[in-house]
Amino acid sequence: MNIFVCVKQVPDTETKVVPNSDGTFIETSSIKWIMNPYDEFAVEQALLVKAANAGSTVTVVRVGGPKDTEALRTALAMGADEAILVESADNLDSYMIAKALKGAIDKSGKSADLVFAGKQAIDDDCLQVPQLLAQMLDIPSVSVVVGFEMNGTKLNLKREIEGGSIEVYEVDGPALVACNKGINTPRYASLPGIMKAKKKPMAQHSLADVGVTDADRRVKYSEFKLPPEKPAGKKFEAMEEGQRAGVVKEVVGLLRNEAKVI
Amino acid sequence: MNFEYTTEQKEIKETTMKFARDVMMPKAAEYDHNETFPKDIIDKAWELGFLNTCIPAEFGGVGFTAVDSMIITESLSYGCMGMNTAIMANDLALLPIVIGGSDEQKKKFLTPFTEKPLIASFCLTEPGNGSDAAGLKTTVKDAGDHWVVNGEKMWITNAGFADLFVVYATIDPSLKHKGISAIVIDPKESTGIEIGKPEEKMGHKCSDTRGVRFNNVKVPKENMLGKPGEGWKIAMKTLDHSRPMVASSAVGGAQCAFDYSAKYASERQQFGKPIASFQSIQFMVAEMAMKIEAARLLVTKAAWLVDNNQPNTQLASYAKAFAADACMQITTDAVQIYGGYGYSKEYPVEKLMRDAKLIQIYEGTSQIQRLVIAKEIFSRS
Repeated sequence: MNIFVCVKQVPDTETKVVPNSDGTFIETSSIKWIMNPYDEFAVEQALLVKAANAGSTVTVVRVGGPKDTEALRTALAMGADEAILVESADNLDSYMIAKALKGAIDKSGKSADLVFAGKQAIDDDCLQVPQLLAQMLDIPSVSVVVGFEMNGTKLNLKREIEGGSIEVYEVDGPALVACNKGINTPRYASLPGIMKAKKKPMAQHSLADVGVTDADRRVKYSEFKLPPEKPAGKKFEAMEEGQRAGVVKEVVGLLRNEAKVI
Repeated sequence: MNFEYTTEQKEIKETTMKFARDVMMPKAAEYDHNETFPKDIIDKAWELGFLNTCIPAEFGGVGFTAVDSMIITESLSYGCMGMNTAIMANDLALLPIVIGGSDEQKKKFLTPFTEKPLIASFCLTEPGNGSDAAGLKTTVKDAGDHWVVNGEKMWITNAGFADLFVVYATIDPSLKHKGISAIVIDPKESTGIEIGKPEEKMGHKCSDTRGVRFNNVKVPKENMLGKPGEGWKIAMKTLDHSRPMVASSAVGGAQCAFDYSAKYASERQQFGKPIASFQSIQFMVAEMAMKIEAARLLVTKAAWLVDNNQPNTQLASYAKAFAADACMQITTDAVQIYGGYGYSKEYPVEKLMRDAKLIQIYEGTSQIQRLVIAKEIFSRS
């Protein structure tokens, strides 16, 4: 089986994000990059499928800046077989990324039997790439998947919906599965895995190589700025019995007229 | 000249720190309090290749450089100095085999450690001989077709769980260091090994520390590392490798104390502002950061010399003494920054202070390191 996993490199969750000097994107120079946490579930699921299906290969694909290839190397160290990097700027929109991923999968010469992705990236939270990519590959997709079973080419997928209920989908592969937390517990990259990873193949393409041009851009970022700082909270003193009725009246008035929440 | 870790080293740091934070730290206080030997943590760490970093690739190891193993040790010690002692003790016991063993011995004794999570113990110290290691009294006698070992060892890490002992004994105490020999003892194939009760310690409470008595223990001839009388040379070379590693564990403990302190100082409010805004706290935190960086650089250089086949005895002692003393100072200051909370077991820093003390003592005290350094200086002048 040819299994593909789409991974994105995102700023570490502890990063303090700031706009860059001209406000066209975030400042990326001092960011520590990690693999998008939802993509770790995707890599793990791919490795589990590989382990259960002898002769399968897992190829991880990423579109993004070439400076740091943390996400791909982590996936290789976890046990993926090969990697494809499509070099690009960091500010592509979801459509361009999906098209580049599709182009990279086509260029690999392998037809995808299964594609895994995280349900969303924790940086821009667009939740679009998996569905766009499935459409371009002309295969079904299910997102927010928390349960995965496979029988031949038949997939039984559990999808979490609002209120904690579960929808069950039966899908014929090839298909794209976008994973949510709960589907598995991602393994650690072992040290022998890290040492072996450097010998695994990593193909590099440009956006042009995979057929993506600036004309594909659907979303143009015009300005990045931090949300306004919250004003300091108001504090009401009502230490003595006699003050309380007045304070309650004042607070209710403010909630109604100023905060407009009641 | 390059101060940057390689890509692989960055990933080693990443994955071992993740393990330290997610697997070790949540258990550190509990295992310390209950004095639980961290076998489950050791097994998990072994699965991921964090143990026995000294085993060469040709005998089933991953093939780490000494610098790589410093990075691993620092992370694991960041997770818990006590658990790291249990893990690091394996390397200390296996290094004499790597250094002084024949290929046959390496294959026989090292390879099983790459196949399952086995435990090894290094037996040098005795009740009457700590710093004066060359005065040890345990004997190894030639009995024709085998050796016979007799004597008592003390403060033996992992002794209660050991699958293998590497024991230092003398063929003749009057020969002093020239009589010392290193011999491998497999407890499964031996009789006469008496394991003492676990010692009650100030820190590193989850690590297993006991006395071990060898009563007429018969050992196969082929278990002697090198020739009889070559043990001292092997032990000294072992220390050149292991002292930077122990120093690295001090850096890990110190870094942990620093991270807690810097965070707490930013959060704790007194006189209407975070205590981090007071110079007295800033000075302590700045001092911590400086010493950690200096200690890490010494450790890295001492390991780099090993990787480049250059003598490192002096640097190894610089690193061990400096890092251990720094770790003691930094963990003590961490308790000071936390104030009353720091002295309470509810908070993590008192354990760090207790754990730090041992690093100034084992693997050559801070005083012995200075003697080694002075000896190196004056032997060349």
